[in-house]
Amino acid sequence: MSDLLAGDLITPDAGAAPLLGLASVSILKAAPLTRLSLRARAPSLKTAGLAFGSSLPTRPLTSTTADRRAALWMGPDEWTLLAPVEDLRAVFDGIEGKLAGEPHALVDVSDRSEAIIVSGEKASWLLNTGIFVDFSLESFPVGTVTRTLFHKTPVMVWRIGPDTFVVEAWGSFMDYVSGLLVQCAQELQAA
Amino acid sequence: MLLIYCPYCEIERAETEFHCGGEAHIARPSDPEKATDDDWVEFLYMRSNTKGIAAERWRHIHGCGRFFNAVRDTVSDKFLTFYKAGDPRPDLEALAREAGK
Ligand SMILES: [Zn+2]
Repeated sequence: MSDLLAGDLITPDAGAAPLLGLASVSILKAAPLTRLSLRARAPSLKTAGLAFGSSLPTRPLTSTTADRRAALWMGPDEWTLLAPVEDLRAVFDGIEGKLAGEPHALVDVSDRSEAIIVSGEKASWLLNTGIFVDFSLESFPVGTVTRTLFHKTPVMVWRIGPDTFVVEAWGSFMDYVSGLLVQCAQELQAA
Repeated sequence: MLLIYCPYCEIERAETEFHCGGEAHIARPSDPEKATDDDWVEFLYMRSNTKGIAAERWRHIHGCGRFFNAVRDTVSDKFLTFYKAGDPRPDLEALAREAGK
């Protein structure tokens, strides 16, 4: 998966069986990650980015990646910061140390959500069974990230390759999301 | 389904990602100590319930999470403009004229 964005960060969970394994689309559970929610104002962004190891994107719905780091735009003053599990303490303390005295909120939300990797030529078709977003490469290029709804549940979708998406949902909603995706994929087998 | 433009995400999204927050530009009494009961009634409960062109608060609740404002024709459900929270109310009559109302 080395040609994908954040290929050193988003990896399949080696211990988990594939949720779906068709020729045209597969669903793999992603390995755990450090996830931080950062709320901060414009004057703090440069400092926060330097402390984190990847600059914070200011263009809506975009992401930036660096060595084992990814910063995802969630809102005009909100980012999700991704790093390997073992870097949690270092990343958290590093940012807090540099932002001391500046108004901000940094929260460890690592265990709030789970991620799956949806990959294959039919990946965007499969996501569109429950998401009303145009996933053409022109309007949703690689690197685009957004919160949206999958059927009835909030999800985060991040395109890390032309045919590869990371889909995050809160832990207790993930069975609903992956279960519905697997069910909808049956239509591909029937065709 | 309605398509709604979020001025923070700078994109149109399906109505299901949004939540309507009622009439826009309702200012809280600036000096609560001096506000009378009638002032509070006016602030809390009285709404113009416009039939026609109205400015409303909307929240991109399943997106960036931000509140913004929109001008909507409450008869046709057609949106005329979207703007960020804190921006001044646009000229509703001019917007209505442009829209041919
Ligand atoms: Zn938005």
